[in-house]
Amino acid sequence: MSSKRTVQFKIYRYDPDKDAAPYMQDISVELEESDKKLLDALVRLKAKDDSLSFRRSCREGVCGSDAMNINGKNGLACLTSMDDIAQPITLRPLPGLPVIRDVIVDMTQFFKQYHSIKPYLINNEPAPERERLQSPEDRDELNGLYECILCACCSTSCPSFWWNPDKFVGPAGLLAAYRFLADTRDQATSERLDNLEDPYRLFRCHSIMNCVDVCPKHLNPTKAIGKIKDMMVRRAV
Amino acid sequence: MKVAKRTFDAVIVGAGGAGLRAALQLSEAGLKTAVLTKVFPTRSHTVAAQGGVAASLGNSTEDNWHWHMYDTVKGSDWLGDQDAIEFMVKKANEVVVELEHYGMPFDRTDNGKIYQRPFGGHSQNYGQTPVSRSCAAADRTGHAMLHALYQRNVRANTQFFVEWMAMDLIRNADGDVLGVTAMEMETGEVSIFHAKATIFATGGSGRIYYSSTNAFINTGDGVGMAARAGIPLEDMEFWQFHPTGVAGAGVLITEGVRGEGGILRNASGERFMERYAPNLKDLASRDVVSRSMVTEINEGRGCGSEKDHVLLDITHLSPETINKRLPGIREISIQFAGVDPIKAPIPVVPTCHYQMGGIPTNYKGQVVVPKDGNPNVPVAGFYAAGECACASVHGANRLGTNSLLDLLVFGKAAGETVVADFQSGQLTLKPLPENAADVSLARIARLETQTNGEEVHEVRLAMQRTMQKHAGVFRFADMLKEGVTKILEVAERAKHTQIKDKSKVWNTARTEALELDNLIEVAKATMVSAEARKESRGAHVRDDAIDCAETPNGRDDKNWLKHTLWYSEGNRLDYKPVTLQPMSADVEPIALAKRTY
Repeated sequence: MSSKRTVQFKIYRYDPDKDAAPYMQDISVELEESDKKLLDALVRLKAKDDSLSFRRSCREGVCGSDAMNINGKNGLACLTSMDDIAQPITLRPLPGLPVIRDVIVDMTQFFKQYHSIKPYLINNEPAPERERLQSPEDRDELNGLYECILCACCSTSCPSFWWNPDKFVGPAGLLAAYRFLADTRDQATSERLDNLEDPYRLFRCHSIMNCVDVCPKHLNPTKAIGKIKDMMVRRAV
Repeated sequence: MKVAKRTFDAVIVGAGGAGLRAALQLSEAGLKTAVLTKVFPTRSHTVAAQGGVAASLGNSTEDNWHWHMYDTVKGSDWLGDQDAIEFMVKKANEVVVELEHYGMPFDRTDNGKIYQRPFGGHSQNYGQTPVSRSCAAADRTGHAMLHALYQRNVRANTQFFVEWMAMDLIRNADGDVLGVTAMEMETGEVSIFHAKATIFATGGSGRIYYSSTNAFINTGDGVGMAARAGIPLEDMEFWQFHPTGVAGAGVLITEGVRGEGGILRNASGERFMERYAPNLKDLASRDVVSRSMVTEINEGRGCGSEKDHVLLDITHLSPETINKRLPGIREISIQFAGVDPIKAPIPVVPTCHYQMGGIPTNYKGQVVVPKDGNPNVPVAGFYAAGECACASVHGANRLGTNSLLDLLVFGKAAGETVVADFQSGQLTLKPLPENAADVSLARIARLETQTNGEEVHEVRLAMQRTMQKHAGVFRFADMLKEGVTKILEVAERAKHTQIKDKSKVWNTARTEALELDNLIEVAKATMVSAEARKESRGAHVRDDAIDCAETPNGRDDKNWLKHTLWYSEGNRLDYKPVTLQPMSADVEPIALAKRTY
């Protein structure tokens, strides 16, 4: 591990309170040996310039706060190693969403799509006294689906979502939709499929697979979307 | 500045596990509720919990709530209130099964029930053998739980105010709580949330320490707000140092690793916990394991070139088990320790993890303060649950998996109490004082105009270093004394912090300055309470407490079997009795005994 070193940044800056337009700021910072991740470097930068604004919380890749566009690719700052990153490190807000300030974007549209798929278990039978049973195999069907952290790296790397953020659910929302379709405890399969039966909501996915490429949790929304499409086809025949 | 006023039946501050569980109760009962949260709900720190939630379901091994109660009281080193503990362990099965019904993706046993794994300090038959009590979703239980709770709130149409930071508690001349002031982070505007009931569910304050498993957002906002508004803080000297934070990075490695068979080893490869806890070994209580590790390191048996950590070894487990039960841990080890635990052990050190103390409440979630000789009088309109609250179920040391249980049980209880008080007409909208937002506006105005002050990160670092050095795993009388002086100096400096960023929009420099005000209250409470408690109990262990027949392990029940109450005003201490009597006649009090594992 290298010791003290200076790294160069190029950062998208915009404060609507004082800037007429966004600009790219060239800035460098000296890192301590303990600064291993991009988020550590950003915290170090913020000590130098307290106006640099970004979201962050858990710093271990599970809360989904610090998603941004890093050297052209969406990712989490807290999981991006400083060891093998090209300089100047170019940071921009997640593409396709309105910018509030610096790399902080307005995620309203993203969450609206997530909410639109009814992201909750639907089972209208009276709840039993104990847990509903589910075999380990059936439970395994949820692996690769429930781990989503709603960071929006996927949806904001998807050209279909850029074009139709209001009409296309996007990879994150569709992954969540399949998470409930795949759950043996859920009883709303046909209602959920009806909800996606439309030229845009599901079918705007053209399997470009940017979502798979950027997911910091190594999830595969494209595969989940394919399975929903399969379910659509199977119920049509 | 113009201050908008919004009126609700109830306002909940915080949307982690406790806040969301309380919100569900209120939304489903039809109360007009505002949930304020400074991060999107699923970014709350509950998301980082890993190993599980305790419930004596007995799905894999025989279990019952009596054993769970015994373990919890013993784990608390008898400082936990036995009425609240009885309430919690009896409710455990109900709240965990509810979560399953909400859709939480628990792992499963072969017969389809919720999977349970062993955890530290949890035992069968009153301390005899480890029990599988921790209900788990792989090693992502907190994530699965928080998302399930958020999702259920989406279904219940709960109204969230996302990225609103609560600033100050509003009380009237009688001390009744009338709501909070809060700042919308996107616009920087301050509003008054006027409500009949206010529930704090703001989580912990682990960022008072330099090395912490806690998220950046864990700045003790509710605890600080309560302290500034004259509410005492209970048992703040008791902080849990989790045995296994990644050395250097502080990121949490769940105790579930040891629950699945992981072993702690020193430089010579010895399984040293056999010497300290012959019975439960690596699954002894967290305070015991952390002290054993620090002792190994202090006596020169630490690992690495600096001999400053020990190793957590799971190389003897099959890769299948690791990938199925501990996938997140494998990822964290690779990311933050540079080690694949299938092939090599993980370097770990005890790391600040959990605040046992907090805002004093009873088991119904009502905030209680001493008044007219009664130590536990409810504050009208004020409730708290989760890590920010002290019920007190964890006493001097919390057992792993009891925190997720705490936030479910007491989040729900606080919600139920508010609903009951609302429906009985006990809760009314009391008139706001004229100057309800003045304190908050003054805090913001100071940051606008302050010159020649220190930067926020400098003062914060001074606080964190002081806490780390003077109030760590082992505590020393002289260091604590010096620590009190130092932390009061840092608190003075925090009054004059200066920010360069004056923007109204998403000004995180300002947010961090406001958070520091909260952290400082917690840091003062911790140091002052710790200095004053002249005994060793649970996580609070000091050099001048002697282990003898009268004071086993240095625990002095004659003088110190009592809760600390720290008041910010006057930096003053008070004490109140521990409730040793359980809630019902179903169980005898757990009698005081020397704590060994």
